[in-house]
Amino acid sequence: MILKDILLSVENLKVELGGVSILDIPSFFIREKEFVSLVGPNGSGKSTLLLVLNCLVRPVAGRITYRQDAVASRDAVFDYRRKVSMVFQEPLLFDTTVYKNVASGLKIRGFTREQIRERVMRYLKWFNIEHLAHRSARKLSGGEAQRASLARAFAIEPEMIFLDEPFSALDPPTRIALTDDLVKILRETGITAIMVTHDQSEALRMSDRIVVMNSGSIVQQGTPLDVMNNPANEFVASFVGMDTILEGTVIKSSEGFISVSVPHAEIDAVGDCQTGDKVYCCIRPENVAIDLVHPDEHTSARNVFAAEIREISSLGPFLKLTLDCGFTLVSYVTREAFAVLELKEGKKVYPSFKATAVHVIGCR
Amino acid sequence: MNLILEGLIKAFQLIVALDPEVLGITWLSLKVSGLATLISVVIGISCGMIVALTRFPGKKLLVSIVNTGMGLPPVVVGLFVTVFIWRNGPLGFLDILYTPTAIIIAQAVIATPIVMGISIAALQNLPAKMRLQILSLGATRLQMVWILLREARLPLMAAVMAGFGGVISEVGASIMVGGNIKGYSRVLTTATVMETGKGNFDVAFALSIILLFLVFLVNYLFTIIQQRERPR
Repeated sequence: MILKDILLSVENLKVELGGVSILDIPSFFIREKEFVSLVGPNGSGKSTLLLVLNCLVRPVAGRITYRQDAVASRDAVFDYRRKVSMVFQEPLLFDTTVYKNVASGLKIRGFTREQIRERVMRYLKWFNIEHLAHRSARKLSGGEAQRASLARAFAIEPEMIFLDEPFSALDPPTRIALTDDLVKILRETGITAIMVTHDQSEALRMSDRIVVMNSGSIVQQGTPLDVMNNPANEFVASFVGMDTILEGTVIKSSEGFISVSVPHAEIDAVGDCQTGDKVYCCIRPENVAIDLVHPDEHTSARNVFAAEIREISSLGPFLKLTLDCGFTLVSYVTREAFAVLELKEGKKVYPSFKATAVHVIGCR
Repeated sequence: MNLILEGLIKAFQLIVALDPEVLGITWLSLKVSGLATLISVVIGISCGMIVALTRFPGKKLLVSIVNTGMGLPPVVVGLFVTVFIWRNGPLGFLDILYTPTAIIIAQAVIATPIVMGISIAALQNLPAKMRLQILSLGATRLQMVWILLREARLPLMAAVMAGFGGVISEVGASIMVGGNIKGYSRVLTTATVMETGKGNFDVAFALSIILLFLVFLVNYLFTIIQQRERPR
């Protein structure tokens, strides 16, 4: 870790609300030009962390350092705030035109009329809302309003931008179009960004690093692949889309292979555990294959079960099957496979998955 | 029926002829209520801003008191202001009882809670995160206050209108602290009361029509400003 790469860091950060601790972060940093996503359930403290990092909420303890300078005094906080900007979940536009909204940060900084015009037009164009320049901010659609809000935050050309669930109120097509534009702009400008999101797929697609939070602390951080494939605990596992999480006990362990006893079944997995270890077996639904007959001859999968389809729900291009194999197993099938196999609720099937597809948490 | 018709005709004649006494009364009314509103706007909006944007113990109680003050009976205000500026009252040395200044003070006392109460509601109605958004754009505290006032300009305009409307049509306090002295502290409402009592319905009608027209005019002007300010 090269010290000068670090743009923003915090140490021993504590935030309390009415005497109750809501945030406790021993250490956290953001590198220059990095895109970090904060994910976690409601109330996990991610938005609070963002507000503290932006110096909009004062922590009861902790030190914030920006480019190796402490952000502590009133003047330092003010200078720091002029270098960063923030976009909230709601667009929070001012009751004036889109143009004047985008210009507001520049006007606050005392730019001249010509400088403002040049910047505003540039950023309106970047966010594809040039044609709305003279429209009232009250008469915009959700997507347009969020674009205006983003343009306003980018127009001041911040060194770093804070995004607090900026897309969560938008419908999926608008959301995808806007995230694509945002990623492009961040890449072109090299602005460091930190985004709070509920949407794991958004986080996986956009970020260099994912930070998973729960109950006011950071539970895990790493590259999207790292967090996806090696969740640190069952909470992170369920959060990153491990739909099946089974609690069990290791009953056999030899040469890297283990057998785990879970309710009504045994699961073979890969891991360095000892017999008697209490573990969690996490299985990603896309790794579970479905057959109509027992596939013992033509599969290398070590785990095959007889099951009944309990529930079928739609997930866009996929269907989610909830299977009863004595324990509950979740699988995704394509619509095509669903039709070919003539699946329906109550039908008997044989789900299977490889030993390597089981992520084991809790080995000593 | 004749009484009303004749009264109305005479009233219009008085207005059209620009009767100097009627004009004088009208001008004083405007001056007194305008100044009182101005004072209440300065105090009411700034105090309302502080109350709306800060947190302190007893805030709810204070807001309830202010809201109660919005319905303050003018005669009660008249009584208290009179007692205060009575010759041997606490402010008796000012020697302002039965002067236009006394009316301005009484009317400002009446209008301030109205302006303040509506201002508090207006500023609290802005999204809670608006302040954070403004600060995150790099605003100083003063810039933030200015932007918030601009965001709440429509309801704040309503506060000003309500304040002015309240005091120009108020009669109890004006008559008590102003004394309705001819050519000196006589305003539209106090004059109307007196002329009606004397049976001079024509003059009373004339004064009432002017009063109604003034209230309409001022509100119309504010409404125009409101509508123009709203972006398309």
